[in-house]
Amino acid sequence: MAEFSMGQALNRALRDALAADPSVVVYGEDVGPLGGVFRVTDGLTAEFGEDRVFDSPLAESGIVGTAVGMAMYGRRPVVEMQFDAFGYPAFEQVVSHVAKMRNRTRGRVGLPLVIRIPYGGGIGAVEHHGDSSEMYYAHTPGLHVVTPATPADAYSLLREAIEDPDPVVFLEPKRRYWTKAEVDLPVRTEPMDRAVVRRTGTDVTLIAYGPMVDTVLEAAEAAREEGCAAEVVDLRSLSPFDDQTVTASVRRTGRAVVVHEAATFGGYGAEVAARVTEQCFHYLEAPVLRVGGFDIPYPPPELEEYHLPSVDRILGAIDRLQWESEWTAESPAVPGRRSEVGV
Amino acid sequence: MKRTDVRPGSAPPLPPVEPIRLVDPDGRRVSDPAYTAPDHGTLLALLRAMIIGRRFDRQASALTRQGRLAVYPSSYGQEACQVGGVLALADNDWLFPTYRDSVSLVTRGVDPIEVLTLLRGDWHSGYDPERHRCAPQCTPLATNASHAVGLTYAARRKGEDTAALVLMGDGATSEGDAHEAYNFAAVWNTPVVFLIQNNHWAISVPVHKQSVAPTLAHKAIGYGMRGHHVDGNDAAAVHAVVSHALAEARAGSGPAIIEARTYRMGPHTNSDAPQRYRDDSEVEYWKERDPLARLERLLRDEGRIDDSELERIRAQADRLAATMRERLSAAGRLAPEELFSHVYASTPALLARQRQELLDELEA
Repeated sequence: MAEFSMGQALNRALRDALAADPSVVVYGEDVGPLGGVFRVTDGLTAEFGEDRVFDSPLAESGIVGTAVGMAMYGRRPVVEMQFDAFGYPAFEQVVSHVAKMRNRTRGRVGLPLVIRIPYGGGIGAVEHHGDSSEMYYAHTPGLHVVTPATPADAYSLLREAIEDPDPVVFLEPKRRYWTKAEVDLPVRTEPMDRAVVRRTGTDVTLIAYGPMVDTVLEAAEAAREEGCAAEVVDLRSLSPFDDQTVTASVRRTGRAVVVHEAATFGGYGAEVAARVTEQCFHYLEAPVLRVGGFDIPYPPPELEEYHLPSVDRILGAIDRLQWESEWTAESPAVPGRRSEVGV
Repeated sequence: MKRTDVRPGSAPPLPPVEPIRLVDPDGRRVSDPAYTAPDHGTLLALLRAMIIGRRFDRQASALTRQGRLAVYPSSYGQEACQVGGVLALADNDWLFPTYRDSVSLVTRGVDPIEVLTLLRGDWHSGYDPERHRCAPQCTPLATNASHAVGLTYAARRKGEDTAALVLMGDGATSEGDAHEAYNFAAVWNTPVVFLIQNNHWAISVPVHKQSVAPTLAHKAIGYGMRGHHVDGNDAAAVHAVVSHALAEARAGSGPAIIEARTYRMGPHTNSDAPQRYRDDSEVEYWKERDPLARLERLLRDEGRIDDSELERIRAQADRLAATMRERLSAAGRLAPEELFSHVYASTPALLARQRQELLDELEA
């Protein structure tokens, strides 16, 4: 076992994919000799040469459009959008071509390509560097959308994404690039389309993905100190959505809170809440709650802490879940909780 | 110190404002310092493909009026570009057409019924792109241009000399994706020829509202690329210029932009109303410059074609039209469950459930 940060695990995944499959190419803005602004492609040009890992002109639509052509002709391109909001110029390519090529050609032309996008806030960056753009992609049929929360998953999901016959939007939670864990690389974790239970509990299911998984785990720990056993589900895949794992958990706990950084209105949490309600209605003790970013443009760095879901805000949501079960009634650790019901 | 501010290559020459022409509107040869007309065999092939292409186009327009096609964007008047560009391609080259380029696909050998799949509305793209080396017809303007760049880049890395011809209109040159594709092609030196069919109208907007460049081929200069300006109603010239550009691109001399000056004789589609924005006299002017008439005249004058041969080609074109009518009538039932079949390589649970819901609904 060695310690890897998420960024290092991603780097290793790219290196191993390049070594395993000569059709893999990696390109984008500054991914060559610099190694990417987050150093995720560090050392790859030196190891695999300019033919395999290279800097392209600074034009996201062109980057994704050329990747479409390469994938049509037997390459497996892995391209990088430098930051979430810099991926928007490529949006038309993603929606009209990447997502639809297999469908448009009646299954004849698939596009095995990966679009890596560092996303989310929490690193004190200025505007256009903190967006959570996942819902734009998750709402688009034809794409897989995945996002790791741990170094092991970062490695495994990226390898699987590169091997997948369909296009994958690979969202990297940039605030977790430096999060380290003991992991044996190479590693293969659960399949790409599965959610996993990161922490078991009986009282409430906390559902999160990418950058919010660690925050939710922290909240679960804090809740435990207050006597509430929270289960934590890490979605990993936003499209497809793993109904089975999520509903099984919520049916056990009867309560659910879904947490993400993105604006709450029309966000991924709305889809999760709707699906959980449809499939678990008779098991639910309380409405499914969402803890998301405010419905505002991403704030300037000095104000982002007020915007991003925090442990306290998640605990507050847990408090609002109409507690009637024995642990709230009997637990001295949560005085007054029952009195808040209905407030 | 390694200097990084010096870029390789010399500036390419400015394209001529007067288009390259090898056959004038009256069917007389025109000499050009740089280009020679294709041989008689190729000229005959061009004329034949244009006659067949125009018949296809006329039949497709008629089928649309009868309600048997959802829509048809005609390329009537642009046959020299449709045919001259495609016949310049080698078998292993790729074509990247738009929705107006159905005739180019028929010329490439794609089954006309498969070409019409998109316009009949049975599916999006009806032909096998890999078999014909033709990308699906592209509707979002200029967005397929970068695909051609990526594809030829991949082909070069495999050691192949595959080139690509991208068809685009004058309106598409205003799109940001055109710019990005031109630049990527030039920087990566991929063998792509961008053939801009300047048919003067982007639906109702005239070309002078798209660009004030002397020609659209002048755009090439800014990318360090060669630009060519050709009479787009002269099939001989289009074929010669595209062939030359493809050969140069394949040899590693870089991609090229070609503006072919032509004219959209018909409406944008069957639902357009050109009398609202353009004068009939303009259409009359271009009728005098018809691409078929001039090549037919040249070949007649030079004794290479006669009435009986023309009759034979026209009969073949009529048979194609009759086949189109018959086969469109005979088309089979669509399978609604296919809606879920080609979204991903394997059907995810969500789509499997929705497919079952639809099938249950249909059975109820």
